[in-house]
Amino acid sequence: MKKYIVIFALIAAIFASPTALFGNEAAGEKILRWGGDSEGGFPYMFPDPQDPKKLIGFEVDIVDALAKEMGRTPIYVNNAWDNLIPGLDRNLYDIAINGLEVTPEHEEQINFSIPYYKTYLQLAVRRRDNSVKKLDDLKGKTVGTLKESYAQQVLEEVGDIKIRTYIVEANTYEDLANGRLDAAFFDQPIALYSAGFNPEIKFVGPPVGELKYAIALRKKDKELLAEVNRAIVALRDSGKLREIYDRWNLWTPVMAAEFNDFDPPKVEPERYNEWAESHRPALTFHKRMNRYMEVMPLFAKGALVTMEVSVVAMIIAISLGLVLAVTRVFAPAWIAFAATLYVEIVRGTPVLIQLFFIFYGLPSVGIKFSPFWAGAIGLGLNYAAYEAEIYRAGLFAIPRTQWESALALGMTRWQAMREVILPQAVRVVIPPITNDFISLLKDSSLVSIITMVDLTKVYGQVSATYYDYFGPGIIVAVIYLLLGLPFVRFAHHTEKRLAEVEKEGRHGRRENIYRSSTRYVR
Amino acid sequence: MNTVNKPLIVIENLCKSYEDAEVLKNISFTIREGDLASIIGPSGCGKSTFLRCINCLELMDSGSVTVAGVTVSRTKGETPSDSLMQKVHALRTEVGMVFQSYNLFPNKNLLQNTILAPMVVKHMDREEAEELGLRMLEKVGLKGLALKYPSTLSGGQSQRAAIARALAMNPRVMLYDEPTSALDPELVGEVLQVMKDLDSEGMTQIIVTHEMKFAKDASDYIIFMDKGEIVEYEDGDILFAHPKNDRTRAFLRHFVNAGVTC
Repeated sequence: MKKYIVIFALIAAIFASPTALFGNEAAGEKILRWGGDSEGGFPYMFPDPQDPKKLIGFEVDIVDALAKEMGRTPIYVNNAWDNLIPGLDRNLYDIAINGLEVTPEHEEQINFSIPYYKTYLQLAVRRRDNSVKKLDDLKGKTVGTLKESYAQQVLEEVGDIKIRTYIVEANTYEDLANGRLDAAFFDQPIALYSAGFNPEIKFVGPPVGELKYAIALRKKDKELLAEVNRAIVALRDSGKLREIYDRWNLWTPVMAAEFNDFDPPKVEPERYNEWAESHRPALTFHKRMNRYMEVMPLFAKGALVTMEVSVVAMIIAISLGLVLAVTRVFAPAWIAFAATLYVEIVRGTPVLIQLFFIFYGLPSVGIKFSPFWAGAIGLGLNYAAYEAEIYRAGLFAIPRTQWESALALGMTRWQAMREVILPQAVRVVIPPITNDFISLLKDSSLVSIITMVDLTKVYGQVSATYYDYFGPGIIVAVIYLLLGLPFVRFAHHTEKRLAEVEKEGRHGRRENIYRSSTRYVR
Repeated sequence: MNTVNKPLIVIENLCKSYEDAEVLKNISFTIREGDLASIIGPSGCGKSTFLRCINCLELMDSGSVTVAGVTVSRTKGETPSDSLMQKVHALRTEVGMVFQSYNLFPNKNLLQNTILAPMVVKHMDREEAEELGLRMLEKVGLKGLALKYPSTLSGGQSQRAAIARALAMNPRVMLYDEPTSALDPELVGEVLQVMKDLDSEGMTQIIVTHEMKFAKDASDYIIFMDKGEIVEYEDGDILFAHPKNDRTRAFLRHFVNAGVTC
């Protein structure tokens, strides 16, 4: 019994940790809860290369200025870029900002503030490539751009271009530099921060199109919209917005025309310079190692989240799995059928869809979970189906004669199940269930899509920050391996111990395990 | 043959079929307290099914079985009700059973095998159960092996352990389904000896067996079954010397021809 108390205490400790909860705020304080993607990319918002725990970016500066203007305290909520708008409907935050383009499709779902930035699309090619001067020259070539963006639409309209879409901007320019792409076509700020300092890449052609970034709000929040708009106008008129753009080197002729402000910059583009400095190629080995050491706490935190989600999901999976298996084997036909149906549906649909459904779908029927619980429950319900099948195989592996001898001794079916069959079945299923746990540990990386910052998410953040997928990739792989290792050992150990127990009775350990049975003998 | 003691097991009009095959045809029989009865007969004659019907491991299609005053009866086509299953359960606590393949619990040592049912079914506390278990193991000569696991035992030891496990429930009758058929010849004796000892203590026992010598020498009487019926029952010496029925005679001839001393 003591063992169980310790386990429950552990579980309670897991739930008490802050990752399981939303941030909480002091009563009375006016807050501005804003959503963005920490992997949303430079220069919009990204982890500070000097201090990866800190989120920086010109949009972060804008939100800070905006909140100050509005007299509110900003609270940041992380969400994947693709889900920023659904996140508004889920009430995860009240405003979303992260390079959200003002498009008719978006405007159907949400309200936009007045735009805070206007920019254009920038074409980039390799330094030595002189065949491309404008968009039409791209016909027949392979061009990389951001998935589902305005740039992609423009390329599609030109026609006859092989379009490769990316989620991570940095990858696009890397592919351009090493020849996998003939050109990259992105929003100008992205182009500037990805390749403005790269000697192998040049920008060509005139500005293309027009992009307006604005803050997204729920349709019903009309008052907040007015408040945000007033703040933006105030920031523009006071020159504070311009100062932010200057510091980030984002003041372009297009912006000058938009704000009707043709003065030369008053402040240095210090933020851009810092960025360019830390991203020039050829980092010494020593510096690189130092950088990895600096981000270790981030990886540790991510690993903890991964472990928490996995352990809770597994507890759900093995308990529900047992219920499902016993139901399928022993319950009346129609209940057994329901259990079978559950197993087949869950096994037959992607876990990714299930997680999306639980996190974004269920709130529309009034069932709402925190990201942690959505992830743990989603993975738990999913793995329960697999565990049920393992248990079922385990139950069938116990010969019928074991049932008969238990019943003949006067046990009821339930007693026979509990005392004779299950203990034996459990031994059969421990190795496959442990295997499943290791695979769950890896599948838990999917929770990063429902706003949780787990190990995989940290990898994405760190890599996008440093433009480096190699070292952090190895670190993350090693951490996943280390997390799984104890369970591999556990499976081996249990298998061996159980085999031993059945064989020879001479080991001293036995007497400890079966303490109560030793007293009477010799 | 014992006609003095009062009847302990009363079987009336017992019928059992598997799909179309009629395995037991309207059997009625009475076994008295302290009897040691051996059931013999050609394979497929229904003797194992008959034994398993006595503790309802196979539920009869119709008829009734009474053991120590507990009656389970069923009419043809009746769905087993909860109250019927409760009776079955009550009946089983009066009956111990030993199987051809021992069926010990492989994940438990001998003592744990022995004490499990008293603790689970009779809610005996552990200390009392262990004392009882060790006494039962001592009775079958296995006290020294109490902490061994079934996989480390010989067949004879396993079968004796299975007997101890059944005895721990303090049954009124012991059923044995070919208890020595899976044993090496040199191990058969130790198991039969345990049964003889139990007989001298007055335990009621029914044995389905191929051990003709044991059946003849140790049993109070032998029941000969064929084609789902009890053909005759008689004291061993008489049955072997002067079988009344042709089918009995034909069956016993195999053993004489095979050189088995009867």
